[in-house]
Amino acid sequence: MAILRNNSPAFVKAEWRVILVFLVFSALVNVSDGQAKNSCLDCHSALPEPLGVTQDTFAGDIHSQKGLSCVSCHGGDATSDEPDQAMSRKAGWKGKIDRKQVPQLCGSCHSDPAYIRQFNPSLRTDQLDQYRTSVHGKRFAAGDGKVAVCTDCHSVHDLRAPSDPRSTVNPVNVAMTCSRCHSDANYMKEYSIPTDQFARYSQSVHHDALAVRGDLSAPTCTTCHGNHGAVPPGVDKVQNVCSTCHVFQAQMYEQSLHKKAFQARSLPGCVVCHSNHAITHPTDAKLGTGPGATCTECHTPGDKCDQARAELLGGLNRLDASIRHADEVVALAESSGMEVSEARLGQNQARDALTKARVTVHSFRQDLMDQDIQAGLNIAAKDLEAGQKAMAEYKHRRIGLGVSLLAIGTVLVSLRLFIKKIES
Amino acid sequence: MSRLRDVSSWVEERLQWNDLIAPLRKKTVPLHRLSYWYFLGGITLFLFMIQVLTGILLLLYYRPGANEAFESIQYIMTQVQFGWLVRSIHSWSANLMIFTAFAHMFSVLFLKAYRKPRELTWLTGVILLLLLLGFGFSGYLLPWNTLAFFATKVGTEITGQVPIVGNPSMVFLRGGEEVTGATLTRFFGFHVAVLPGLTTLLILLHLLLVQRQGMSVPPSVEAEWAAQPSARREMKFFPNFALRELMAWYVALGALGALAAIFPWNLGVKADPFAPAPAGIKPEWYFLFMFQTLKLIPAKVWFVDGEVLGILAFGAIGLLWILLPFFASAKPSLTKTWITGLAGFALAYITGMSVYGYLAK
Repeated sequence: MAILRNNSPAFVKAEWRVILVFLVFSALVNVSDGQAKNSCLDCHSALPEPLGVTQDTFAGDIHSQKGLSCVSCHGGDATSDEPDQAMSRKAGWKGKIDRKQVPQLCGSCHSDPAYIRQFNPSLRTDQLDQYRTSVHGKRFAAGDGKVAVCTDCHSVHDLRAPSDPRSTVNPVNVAMTCSRCHSDANYMKEYSIPTDQFARYSQSVHHDALAVRGDLSAPTCTTCHGNHGAVPPGVDKVQNVCSTCHVFQAQMYEQSLHKKAFQARSLPGCVVCHSNHAITHPTDAKLGTGPGATCTECHTPGDKCDQARAELLGGLNRLDASIRHADEVVALAESSGMEVSEARLGQNQARDALTKARVTVHSFRQDLMDQDIQAGLNIAAKDLEAGQKAMAEYKHRRIGLGVSLLAIGTVLVSLRLFIKKIES
Repeated sequence: MSRLRDVSSWVEERLQWNDLIAPLRKKTVPLHRLSYWYFLGGITLFLFMIQVLTGILLLLYYRPGANEAFESIQYIMTQVQFGWLVRSIHSWSANLMIFTAFAHMFSVLFLKAYRKPRELTWLTGVILLLLLLGFGFSGYLLPWNTLAFFATKVGTEITGQVPIVGNPSMVFLRGGEEVTGATLTRFFGFHVAVLPGLTTLLILLHLLLVQRQGMSVPPSVEAEWAAQPSARREMKFFPNFALRELMAWYVALGALGALAAIFPWNLGVKADPFAPAPAGIKPEWYFLFMFQTLKLIPAKVWFVDGEVLGILAFGAIGLLWILLPFFASAKPSLTKTWITGLAGFALAYITGMSVYGYLAK
């Protein structure tokens, strides 16, 4: 499909003198309004939706900012005030772009590296190819008109760069954009897939990190499913998806017996214990037997695995309790005015060891866990000792102060008696 | 005892010691209901001596430099035997010294001890107070902790607001455009060399003037004594007053020890020049009244920058304050009225603004 671009090859190859004459001429012609005429907006800004596009709306569109105009996609002659001429088929006017044509139309520029490089050399140009591999793209090719095309996610006429917080595909807005279709039970009825993903994701630790804490590196729908090539990760590929961020957990999981067991039963790795969209902040309770416990969902109480679970949990609880106890003593010493900054620093290292142990849990190997737990316990014990020493020193200081004040008091009384004696 | 006398006569033969202390033996101190105010100057001197002594001890371990200062004080506080006590006494003593110096100044004002012929004693005393504030400002940065870093940044920025000489002064104080390790080294130099030298000289001059002119008697007491000459009383400086002063020093020592042991001076967190300034940062309490005043002045007063106006006003007031006795009227009653009124206002203003500044967020 042809598309009108602002730089024809002839123009690019023109002599400098010709360019100069052209620029001067253009400047003279456009001196009254300062920019190229766009008669489309003159009319369409006054029309109601869906035909209405205001100057303000289009001015915020990334294409408009890069110098493209209505004609770039819709064709026609925007320099003419005559509707018949402006929307003349002879002038290449295409009218409303048919939904079936959208991916190809967008791809005519976005799949052309030479063209895209002029505007953004780092912008990828494989979106259309990726789209064709996606569930959306495959169904679209099969004639499903309901699946998402470019404009459904990116919007149209007010399309913004993904880095713009107002963009529908900005990381903060992606989940909301996907949910427009995927949370609509009526719209999704014929596809027989759940529609509670957004509701569940909204309760997740990932959503909290991204939307509440503003961590733009936190995952949203496209992080795990891909964007233009969006597909649900296969059961055996889930671990690969999670491991792009959770590298160390994945390394530990690789060494675990669970990996083989899950693969043998076609269970989706990480998702088995953590779920998918509704991933909550993991706590040690997952290894327990009470509310929030995960292991007991598969393992029988008292069996070999259950005993291993109890040992893993015991190690974590032991280290956690040691850190808390040392924290209390160090805090008491600090509030008593003692200098315990080194112990405070040590406590951070102990907490790091606990975090590391919680990562090592994914190996489900007691020997590896013991190394981390013991390292943390050693640090916490050292900090506890430092805190206790500081408190002992604090008590010594009080005694020393009492003795000193007694000595000073004695000198004062003696001086007073001496003065009395010499003045009597 | 005979051996002690031998030593004494040996020293006497070589130094004529008795001639040197003869004036002290003759010196007397007026005795009246307000005599206890005379102790404040001595207590300030005692605290200065404590500062010198503890400062020298801290110097044995302190290392000036952005990468070492904080750690060296941390080492003093945790590893050096009684290091915590020396450092805490140094910090508490510094604050108490500035407090007693202020109290001494206001007692001189209210007792009218600045009157002729003691104008120079007042002059040296106020300059000494300014030097002590300089000690406080320079010493505050030396631990290189977060509060000290940003307080110094704000403090030197205020200096930079002074027209014409402000920016060069700020660059000189900072050793560059920003507060860096160069500032720390510079402040260390001021704190342990320049200021102690100047202060010691001025203290000697101040004491010499006090010695030459004797203790001032408040006009109200003088009037009472003029009406009833038999009421005039005095005590020998040595040993009677000196022993009482010694008692006051012991009390100050006990208070210092208690404060240092019960409330050891906090070291804080090491300064990070790239971290944002902590919220609600404030200077030490003795600069708080000026800081709060500058905060309250509108950004623009007519066409003049509010902060610049405030700094210039404080500068002008400080200069007039130093020269206060020279404005004393020939009529003692008139002097009594306006200088005492001014002192009362200044005391109320400093106290009020300091409390306001402390409580303000």
